[in-house]
Amino acid sequence: MGLLNKLDDPFEGGGIVMGTVEDLLNWGRSKSDWYLHFGLACCAIEFMSMNASHFDFMRFGTIPRTSPRQADFIMITGTVTFKMADRIKILYEQMAEPKYVISVGSCSNCGGPYWEHGYHVLKGIDRIIPVDVYIPGCPPRPEAFHEGMMQLQKKISQQAIFNKRKKLKAELKKNAI
Amino acid sequence: MLPNEIYNNLKTEFGDAIIEYNDAQPTDPFILISTDKLFDVCHTLRDNEEFLFDYLMCLSGMDLGDSMGVVYHLYSMTHKHKVVLKVSAPKSDPRVPSVEKIWRTADWHEREAYDLLGIQFEGHHNMIRILCPYDWEGHPLRKDYKVPEFYHGMKVS
Repeated sequence: MGLLNKLDDPFEGGGIVMGTVEDLLNWGRSKSDWYLHFGLACCAIEFMSMNASHFDFMRFGTIPRTSPRQADFIMITGTVTFKMADRIKILYEQMAEPKYVISVGSCSNCGGPYWEHGYHVLKGIDRIIPVDVYIPGCPPRPEAFHEGMMQLQKKISQQAIFNKRKKLKAELKKNAI
Repeated sequence: MLPNEIYNNLKTEFGDAIIEYNDAQPTDPFILISTDKLFDVCHTLRDNEEFLFDYLMCLSGMDLGDSMGVVYHLYSMTHKHKVVLKVSAPKSDPRVPSVEKIWRTADWHEREAYDLLGIQFEGHHNMIRILCPYDWEGHPLRKDYKVPEFYHGMKVS
Protein backbone atom coordinates (compact mmCIF):
# COMPACT_ATOMS: atom_id res chain seq x y z
CA MET A 1 0.00 0.00 0.00
CA GLY A 2 2.92 2.26 0.80
CA LEU A 3 0.94 4.88 2.69
CA LEU A 4 3.17 4.77 5.72
CA ASN A 5 6.33 4.75 3.62
CA LYS A 6 5.18 7.95 2.02
CA LEU A 7 4.68 9.46 5.44
CA ASP A 8 8.30 8.71 6.23
CA ASP A 9 9.46 10.30 3.05
CA PRO A 10 7.09 13.16 2.21
CA PHE A 11 7.32 15.31 -0.84
CA GLU A 12 9.34 18.44 -0.85
CA GLY A 13 7.71 21.04 1.30
CA GLY A 14 6.15 18.28 3.36
CA GLY A 15 2.59 17.57 4.33
CA ILE A 16 1.52 15.83 1.13
CA VAL A 17 0.69 12.17 1.00
CA MET A 18 -0.10 10.56 -2.31
CA GLY A 19 -2.45 7.65 -2.49
CA THR A 20 -5.90 6.61 -3.52
CA VAL A 21 -8.99 7.13 -1.42
CA GLU A 22 -9.62 3.43 -1.68
CA ASP A 23 -6.27 2.66 -0.09
CA LEU A 24 -6.97 5.08 2.72
CA LEU A 25 -10.38 3.62 3.41
CA ASN A 26 -9.11 0.07 3.23
CA TRP A 27 -6.22 0.93 5.49
CA GLY A 28 -8.66 2.24 8.07
CA ARG A 29 -11.01 -0.69 7.66
CA SER A 30 -8.32 -3.32 7.97
CA LYS A 31 -6.80 -1.72 11.05
CA SER A 32 -9.96 -1.53 13.11
CA ASP A 33 -11.96 -4.72 12.82
CA TRP A 34 -14.54 -5.34 15.47
CA TYR A 35 -15.48 -8.91 15.87
CA LEU A 36 -18.33 -10.96 17.13
CA HIS A 37 -16.80 -13.82 19.02
CA PHE A 38 -18.68 -17.06 18.75
CA GLY A 39 -16.89 -19.41 21.16
CA LEU A 40 -18.18 -22.97 21.05
CA ALA A 41 -15.48 -25.31 22.32
CA CYS A 42 -11.81 -25.58 23.27
CA CYS A 43 -10.72 -23.15 20.54
CA ALA A 44 -12.51 -20.48 22.57
CA ILE A 45 -10.31 -21.40 25.54
CA GLU A 46 -7.27 -20.82 23.35
CA PHE A 47 -8.84 -17.58 22.29
CA MET A 48 -8.86 -16.41 25.92
CA SER A 49 -5.07 -16.56 26.02
CA MET A 50 -5.06 -14.88 22.62
CA ASN A 51 -7.02 -11.97 24.07
CA ALA A 52 -4.92 -11.72 27.21
CA SER A 53 -1.78 -9.62 27.53
CA HIS A 54 0.70 -12.28 26.37
CA PHE A 55 -0.58 -12.42 22.81
CA ASP A 56 -2.57 -9.19 22.84
CA PHE A 57 -5.12 -9.58 20.08
CA MET A 58 -6.11 -5.93 20.39
CA ARG A 59 -2.86 -4.84 18.77
CA PHE A 60 -4.67 -5.54 15.49
CA GLY A 61 -7.31 -2.98 16.39
CA THR A 62 -9.86 -5.64 17.14
CA ILE A 63 -12.49 -5.04 19.77
CA PRO A 64 -14.83 -7.78 20.90
CA ARG A 65 -18.50 -6.95 20.39
CA THR A 66 -21.49 -8.72 21.85
CA SER A 67 -23.85 -7.71 19.08
CA PRO A 68 -23.66 -8.83 15.45
CA ARG A 69 -24.91 -5.40 14.38
CA GLN A 70 -21.67 -3.78 15.51
CA ALA A 71 -19.30 -6.42 14.23
CA ASP A 72 -17.14 -6.44 11.11
CA PHE A 73 -16.26 -10.10 11.26
CA ILE A 74 -17.40 -13.15 13.13
CA MET A 75 -14.99 -15.66 14.60
CA ILE A 76 -16.36 -19.19 14.77
CA THR A 77 -14.19 -20.95 17.33
CA GLY A 78 -15.13 -24.53 17.99
CA THR A 79 -17.40 -27.43 17.16
CA VAL A 80 -20.51 -26.35 15.28
CA THR A 81 -23.42 -28.62 16.13
CA PHE A 82 -26.58 -28.52 14.04
CA LYS A 83 -28.39 -26.94 16.94
CA MET A 84 -25.86 -24.08 16.89
CA ALA A 85 -25.61 -23.93 13.10
CA ASP A 86 -29.11 -22.44 12.90
CA ARG A 87 -28.11 -19.73 15.37
CA ILE A 88 -24.86 -18.95 13.54
CA LYS A 89 -26.77 -18.48 10.31
CA ILE A 90 -29.11 -15.99 12.00
CA LEU A 91 -26.21 -14.08 13.58
CA TYR A 92 -24.35 -13.91 10.29
CA GLU A 93 -27.42 -12.57 8.54
CA GLN A 94 -27.79 -9.89 11.22
CA MET A 95 -24.29 -8.52 10.61
CA ALA A 96 -23.97 -5.38 8.51
CA GLU A 97 -22.04 -5.40 5.23
CA PRO A 98 -19.14 -5.60 4.65
CA LYS A 99 -18.77 -8.70 6.77
CA TYR A 100 -16.13 -11.39 7.06
CA VAL A 101 -15.85 -14.81 8.65
CA ILE A 102 -12.86 -16.46 10.29
CA SER A 103 -13.24 -20.16 10.89
CA VAL A 104 -10.97 -21.33 13.71
CA GLY A 105 -9.91 -24.91 14.33
CA SER A 106 -10.46 -28.23 12.65
CA CYS A 107 -14.05 -28.61 13.88
CA SER A 108 -15.42 -25.51 12.26
CA ASN A 109 -13.17 -25.94 9.21
CA CYS A 110 -14.31 -29.44 8.33
CA GLY A 111 -15.90 -31.22 11.26
CA GLY A 112 -12.58 -32.29 12.75
CA PRO A 113 -12.70 -35.49 14.82
CA TYR A 114 -16.46 -35.68 14.24
CA TRP A 115 -15.99 -36.05 10.51
CA GLU A 116 -17.04 -39.67 10.29
CA HIS A 117 -19.34 -40.53 13.19
CA GLY A 118 -20.67 -37.18 14.35
CA TYR A 119 -24.40 -37.32 13.71
CA HIS A 120 -24.75 -33.93 15.41
CA VAL A 121 -21.83 -31.91 13.99
CA LEU A 122 -21.86 -29.72 10.91
CA LYS A 123 -18.96 -30.81 8.69
CA GLY A 124 -17.48 -27.39 8.10
CA ILE A 125 -18.97 -23.98 8.72
CA ASP A 126 -18.50 -23.17 5.03
CA ARG A 127 -21.55 -25.32 4.32
CA ILE A 128 -23.80 -22.58 5.70
CA ILE A 129 -21.87 -19.28 5.54
CA PRO A 130 -18.98 -18.08 3.32
CA VAL A 131 -15.59 -18.21 5.04
CA ASP A 132 -12.77 -15.75 4.36
CA VAL A 133 -9.96 -17.18 6.47
CA TYR A 134 -9.48 -20.68 7.80
CA ILE A 135 -7.17 -21.17 10.77
CA PRO A 136 -6.12 -24.82 11.05
CA GLY A 137 -5.24 -26.51 14.33
CA CYS A 138 -6.86 -28.43 17.12
CA PRO A 139 -6.92 -25.96 18.77
CA PRO A 140 -4.66 -23.50 16.87
CA ARG A 141 -1.76 -21.84 18.65
CA PRO A 142 -2.17 -18.11 19.33
CA GLU A 143 0.49 -17.52 16.67
CA ALA A 144 -1.87 -19.13 14.18
CA PHE A 145 -4.57 -16.69 15.27
CA HIS A 146 -2.11 -13.87 14.54
CA GLU A 147 -1.44 -15.23 11.09
CA GLY A 148 -5.14 -15.63 10.41
CA MET A 149 -5.85 -12.09 11.51
CA MET A 150 -3.06 -10.77 9.29
CA GLN A 151 -4.47 -12.72 6.36
CA LEU A 152 -7.85 -11.11 6.93
CA GLN A 153 -6.28 -7.66 7.15
CA LYS A 154 -4.43 -8.35 3.91
CA LYS A 155 -7.66 -9.40 2.25
CA ILE A 156 -9.55 -6.32 3.46
CA SER A 157 -6.79 -3.94 2.44
CA GLN A 158 -6.78 -5.28 -1.12
CA GLN A 159 -10.52 -5.11 -1.62
CA ALA A 160 -12.13 -2.86 -4.18
CA ILE A 161 -14.60 -0.29 -2.93
CA PHE A 162 -15.22 1.76 -6.09
CA ASN A 163 -15.78 0.28 -9.57
CA LYS A 164 -15.88 -3.20 -8.15
CA ARG A 165 -17.06 -4.88 -11.33
CA LYS A 166 -14.55 -3.12 -13.55
CA LYS A 167 -11.67 -4.18 -11.35
CA LEU A 168 -12.98 -7.71 -11.04
CA LYS A 169 -13.21 -7.93 -14.81
CA ALA A 170 -9.64 -6.75 -15.22
CA GLU A 171 -8.48 -9.24 -12.64
CA LEU A 172 -10.29 -12.09 -14.34
CA LYS A 173 -8.73 -11.12 -17.65
CA LYS A 174 -5.30 -11.09 -16.06
CA ASN A 175 -5.84 -14.47 -14.47
CA ALA A 176 -7.05 -15.92 -17.75
CA ILE A 177 -3.75 -15.03 -19.41
CA MET B 1 -22.69 -51.25 54.78
CA LEU B 2 -21.49 -53.49 51.97
CA PRO B 3 -23.51 -54.07 48.80
CA ASN B 4 -24.32 -57.69 49.69
CA GLU B 5 -25.65 -56.59 53.11
CA ILE B 6 -27.78 -53.95 51.38
CA TYR B 7 -29.02 -56.65 49.02
CA ASN B 8 -29.98 -58.95 51.93
CA ASN B 9 -31.81 -56.17 53.76
CA LEU B 10 -33.70 -55.19 50.61
CA LYS B 11 -34.50 -58.83 49.88
CA THR B 12 -36.16 -59.29 53.28
CA GLU B 13 -38.22 -56.15 52.76
CA PHE B 14 -39.20 -56.42 49.08
CA GLY B 15 -38.89 -60.13 48.31
CA ASP B 16 -39.31 -60.93 44.63
CA ALA B 17 -38.91 -57.32 43.49
CA ILE B 18 -35.18 -57.69 44.12
CA ILE B 19 -34.18 -59.99 41.32
CA GLU B 20 -30.47 -60.56 41.46
CA TYR B 21 -27.22 -59.67 43.17
CA ASN B 22 -24.18 -59.70 40.92
CA ASP B 23 -20.62 -59.15 42.14
CA ALA B 24 -18.81 -60.50 39.11
CA GLN B 25 -15.56 -58.63 38.46
CA PRO B 26 -14.50 -56.18 37.08
CA THR B 27 -17.59 -54.00 37.51
CA ASP B 28 -19.01 -52.71 40.78
CA PRO B 29 -21.39 -55.18 42.41
CA PHE B 30 -24.93 -54.32 41.39
CA ILE B 31 -28.48 -55.20 42.39
CA LEU B 32 -31.00 -55.93 39.66
CA ILE B 33 -34.45 -54.65 40.55
CA SER B 34 -37.87 -55.27 39.06
CA THR B 35 -38.85 -52.17 37.08
CA ASP B 36 -42.30 -51.59 38.59
CA LYS B 37 -40.97 -51.62 42.18
CA LEU B 38 -38.08 -49.26 41.47
CA PHE B 39 -39.66 -46.15 42.98
CA ASP B 40 -40.50 -47.87 46.28
CA VAL B 41 -37.03 -49.40 46.54
CA CYS B 42 -35.35 -46.04 45.88
CA HIS B 43 -37.60 -44.33 48.39
CA THR B 44 -36.61 -46.87 51.04
CA LEU B 45 -32.93 -46.52 50.12
CA ARG B 46 -33.08 -42.77 50.61
CA ASP B 47 -35.19 -42.54 53.77
CA ASN B 48 -34.43 -45.69 55.74
CA GLU B 49 -32.08 -44.95 58.65
CA GLU B 50 -29.71 -47.79 57.81
CA PHE B 51 -29.29 -46.78 54.12
CA LEU B 52 -29.69 -42.98 53.85
CA PHE B 53 -28.64 -42.80 50.20
CA ASP B 54 -29.00 -39.07 49.84
CA TYR B 55 -26.86 -38.68 46.73
CA LEU B 56 -27.58 -40.00 43.23
CA MET B 57 -24.08 -39.91 41.75
CA CYS B 58 -25.06 -40.93 38.26
CA LEU B 59 -28.01 -42.13 36.26
CA SER B 60 -27.18 -43.73 32.94
CA GLY B 61 -29.23 -45.27 30.19
CA MET B 62 -28.00 -48.29 28.25
CA ASP B 63 -28.92 -50.03 25.04
CA LEU B 64 -28.47 -53.74 25.79
CA GLY B 65 -29.35 -54.90 22.29
CA ASP B 66 -32.70 -56.60 22.92
CA SER B 67 -33.70 -54.42 25.87
CA MET B 68 -32.99 -51.06 27.42
CA GLY B 69 -31.43 -50.59 30.85
CA VAL B 70 -30.97 -47.85 33.41
CA VAL B 71 -28.17 -47.80 36.00
CA TYR B 72 -28.28 -45.85 39.27
CA HIS B 73 -25.11 -45.13 41.25
CA LEU B 74 -26.02 -44.16 44.81
CA TYR B 75 -23.89 -42.81 47.62
CA SER B 76 -24.64 -42.02 51.24
CA MET B 77 -22.97 -38.94 52.68
CA THR B 78 -23.79 -40.08 56.20
CA HIS B 79 -22.74 -43.73 56.09
CA LYS B 80 -20.13 -43.33 53.33
CA HIS B 81 -21.32 -46.41 51.47
CA LYS B 82 -22.45 -46.87 47.89
CA VAL B 83 -24.50 -49.20 45.78
CA VAL B 84 -25.37 -49.73 42.13
CA LEU B 85 -28.92 -50.49 41.01
CA LYS B 86 -30.01 -51.70 37.60
CA VAL B 87 -33.36 -52.03 35.92
CA SER B 88 -34.29 -53.10 32.41
CA ALA B 89 -37.23 -52.48 30.12
CA PRO B 90 -38.35 -53.95 26.78
CA LYS B 91 -36.91 -52.19 23.76
CA SER B 92 -40.22 -51.77 21.92
CA ASP B 93 -41.71 -49.63 24.70
CA PRO B 94 -39.10 -48.82 27.36
CA ARG B 95 -40.86 -47.36 30.40
CA VAL B 96 -39.13 -46.88 33.75
CA PRO B 97 -40.55 -45.11 36.81
CA SER B 98 -38.96 -41.72 37.38
CA VAL B 99 -36.93 -41.15 40.55
CA GLU B 100 -36.90 -37.40 39.97
CA LYS B 101 -39.13 -36.84 43.00
CA ILE B 102 -36.64 -38.69 45.21
CA TRP B 103 -33.41 -37.13 43.92
CA ARG B 104 -33.64 -33.82 42.08
CA THR B 105 -30.44 -34.75 40.21
CA ALA B 106 -32.44 -37.31 38.28
CA ASP B 107 -34.39 -34.55 36.53
CA TRP B 108 -31.81 -33.73 33.86
CA HIS B 109 -30.23 -37.18 33.83
CA GLU B 110 -33.54 -38.77 32.95
CA ARG B 111 -34.14 -36.19 30.28
CA GLU B 112 -30.74 -37.04 28.81
CA ALA B 113 -31.49 -40.76 28.86
CA TYR B 114 -34.78 -40.01 27.14
CA ASP B 115 -33.13 -37.74 24.59
CA LEU B 116 -30.35 -40.10 23.56
CA LEU B 117 -31.94 -43.52 24.11
CA GLY B 118 -35.68 -42.96 24.11
CA ILE B 119 -36.36 -44.38 27.56
CA GLN B 120 -39.63 -42.98 28.91
CA PHE B 121 -39.51 -42.07 32.60
CA GLU B 122 -43.03 -42.21 33.98
CA GLY B 123 -43.86 -39.56 36.54
CA HIS B 124 -41.22 -37.10 35.34
CA HIS B 125 -42.67 -33.58 35.30
CA ASN B 126 -40.95 -32.39 32.12
CA MET B 127 -40.02 -35.29 29.84
CA ILE B 128 -38.57 -33.36 26.89
CA ARG B 129 -35.26 -33.43 25.03
CA ILE B 130 -32.30 -31.79 26.75
CA LEU B 131 -29.36 -31.93 24.28
CA CYS B 132 -30.67 -32.47 20.77
CA PRO B 133 -32.95 -29.87 19.16
CA TYR B 134 -36.62 -30.36 19.94
CA ASP B 135 -37.41 -31.29 16.35
CA TRP B 136 -34.69 -33.95 16.15
CA GLU B 137 -35.89 -37.31 14.92
CA GLY B 138 -34.89 -40.53 16.68
CA HIS B 139 -32.65 -41.24 19.62
CA PRO B 140 -28.99 -41.10 18.52
CA LEU B 141 -27.30 -43.46 21.00
CA ARG B 142 -29.54 -46.41 20.15
CA LYS B 143 -27.67 -49.19 18.40
CA ASP B 144 -30.21 -49.26 15.56
CA TYR B 145 -30.13 -45.48 15.03
CA LYS B 146 -29.98 -44.36 11.41
CA VAL B 147 -28.22 -41.04 10.87
CA PRO B 148 -30.48 -38.74 8.83
CA GLU B 149 -29.16 -37.40 5.55
CA PHE B 150 -30.19 -33.77 6.10
CA TYR B 151 -31.07 -31.59 9.04
CA HIS B 152 -32.78 -28.26 8.22
CA GLY B 153 -31.29 -28.41 4.74
CA MET B 154 -27.74 -28.97 6.01
CA LYS B 155 -26.05 -32.16 4.89
CA VAL B 156 -25.19 -34.31 7.88
CA SER B 157 -22.25 -36.33 6.56
